[in-house]
Amino acid sequence: MSQSIDYNDRPWLDPEAEPFIKVQSVSKHFGDFTAVDSVDLEIYKGELFCLLGGSGCGKTTLLRMLAGFETPSSGSILIDGVNMTDVPPYERPVNMMFQSYALFPHMTVESNVGYGLRRDGIAKEEIRQRVEDMLAMVELTQFRKRKPHQLSGGQKQRVALARSLIKQPKMLLLDEPLAALDKRLRVQTQYELMNIQDKLGVTFVVVTHDQEEAMTLSTRIAVMDLGRFQQIGTPTEIYEFPSSRLVATFIGNANMFEGRVTENGIDHVIVESKDPACSFYIDHGMSIAEGSKVWVALRPEKIQVSKQPPGDSNFNCIKGMVNDIGYLGGTSTYRVLIGDDRIVEITSPNLSRPKDGNPPIDWDEEIYLSWEASNPVVLTK
Amino acid sequence: MNNGRKSRFLFTATCFGIAFLYVPMILLIFYSFNKSRIVPVWGGFSTKWYGVLFESEEVWEAIALSLKIATVNASFAMILGTLAGLALVRFGRFKGRTLFSGMISAPLVMPEVITGLSLLLLFITLKEFVGWPDQRGFTTITIAHITFSMAYVAVIIQSRLTGMAQDLEEAAQDLGAKPLRVLIDITLPLLAPGMLAGWLLAFTLSLDDLIIASFVTGPGAVTLPILIYSRIRLGLRPDINALATIIILVVAIGVLVAAWVMFRQQKQRELELSMSEEA
Repeated sequence: MSQSIDYNDRPWLDPEAEPFIKVQSVSKHFGDFTAVDSVDLEIYKGELFCLLGGSGCGKTTLLRMLAGFETPSSGSILIDGVNMTDVPPYERPVNMMFQSYALFPHMTVESNVGYGLRRDGIAKEEIRQRVEDMLAMVELTQFRKRKPHQLSGGQKQRVALARSLIKQPKMLLLDEPLAALDKRLRVQTQYELMNIQDKLGVTFVVVTHDQEEAMTLSTRIAVMDLGRFQQIGTPTEIYEFPSSRLVATFIGNANMFEGRVTENGIDHVIVESKDPACSFYIDHGMSIAEGSKVWVALRPEKIQVSKQPPGDSNFNCIKGMVNDIGYLGGTSTYRVLIGDDRIVEITSPNLSRPKDGNPPIDWDEEIYLSWEASNPVVLTK
Repeated sequence: MNNGRKSRFLFTATCFGIAFLYVPMILLIFYSFNKSRIVPVWGGFSTKWYGVLFESEEVWEAIALSLKIATVNASFAMILGTLAGLALVRFGRFKGRTLFSGMISAPLVMPEVITGLSLLLLFITLKEFVGWPDQRGFTTITIAHITFSMAYVAVIIQSRLTGMAQDLEEAAQDLGAKPLRVLIDITLPLLAPGMLAGWLLAFTLSLDDLIIASFVTGPGAVTLPILIYSRIRLGLRPDINALATIIILVVAIGVLVAAWVMFRQQKQRELELSMSEEA
């Protein structure tokens, strides 16, 4: 790695940095079912860390163990250097925002937000002041006398956020924080959440099943499946350098080609795939034995479409026929038929307005797909 | 055509249904104003039986005793039933949970004569060995009523707790409330409507009960149902008709007030909802 890494933004690259949260070989069993399977995780101060995965992958169980609602079957959890494995939730310097928001229905917005401070026995005047500041931050001052059932979804979400932030926790856990909001509000709230996190510098751990949400919000993402981490990395790393087929297809779309390594040079690798017949030239070396079975992943937006064959058509080029076009305005998605039954997906930006209303590429047209040698990702599992 | 016939059928069925429910009561009210001492023979309009009723000290004592038992019973049953419901739903799996759950609901299905008989045996045995209760009456009836009405309260609380999301309690814990604090701040306030319903149900069950009370009562302790039944045994009496009419009146007023309060709450809720949508 180069010398110019800014460790303030990427503390996980700093060998000297001490992780704020350490999860050490933690497992959780429910009867015969293993929800979390011996995971290790290090989260640094000020991060916005996402646990991403489908339902039942163990992400919520892991979050609940961080909050203290579940005790690990084995392993330990350290927060800020203190072993918290068996500490009950009411004694942890951690707060959680629930997916359902869990606002107390019999209390006003004001007393909901101030509840945590009242439990800590803080002076009335100080509570009043802090609640007022917090409500101002989430722009709910005028609603402070309302009960939760008199609020809209977005307002409830902000009350829940204010309530979980008012004790100035060392870490805030968010369980699907945006799932209950409609699409437009979700995008807006995403940026609000990032701003608040930036302003307060609190470490956020977010559980989500929405990959778009994870990509926009987080400093780092942990992709979970079957109680284990498949990959941990920045959104860019996860998207551009997935470590397995599962990650490549879970985050965004990927066209997957099965093939064999036929040549392994110092600065390049060549992979031949049979279905469809294609030679992949990849412009960096890898430590894979020649002849071994691999998968090549190609992102839909990293493939170019042309009506004429590209200059060098021996490598990184397939011929196909347009089977379907999805016009999305800014981009178009082409589903291209290769051979008899193989479909490859391509997304391409609509850079100019079509002349005479005719699309640049039409249904049933023969086209050539090509890509740069740096774009394919070779996966071994 | 078909529609017309259907609605005529519905109309007739409804009329019969209502008649079945209310004709007996109307007859009772009607005969309570009968001047004649012999109930089914109309002797002209009179309110004299109401006067007889109000002069009878026995009746007043029975009413007072019944209300006293019902109130004490409802309060104890509410507390014990709530605790039982909480133990069943919120304490997770403890040893003997299934047995406890079955035992809680047993009084609901047990024939009342059996409950009454077994409680009577219990009190007799207790007197034999401990010397208490030396006399059956208010205390024994109240205890007997608590044992069965608490089961009803437990069932109400149980269903309410199951429907209540646990994340509210978890959220309170997360914000620093210890388990007892969570119970006081969150669980009990949210259970309050269920507890009130349980109290009212226990109160009515107790006021209503004749069988169990007649097993475990003793000399001098005559509840209202026991009084009515013992007087009726010697033949229909017009003063009892008057008493029953008064009870019907009280119940009717109670139902109307409850309906009105619920209607008001509904209106209020709708108003608040439309307010939040505008915001």
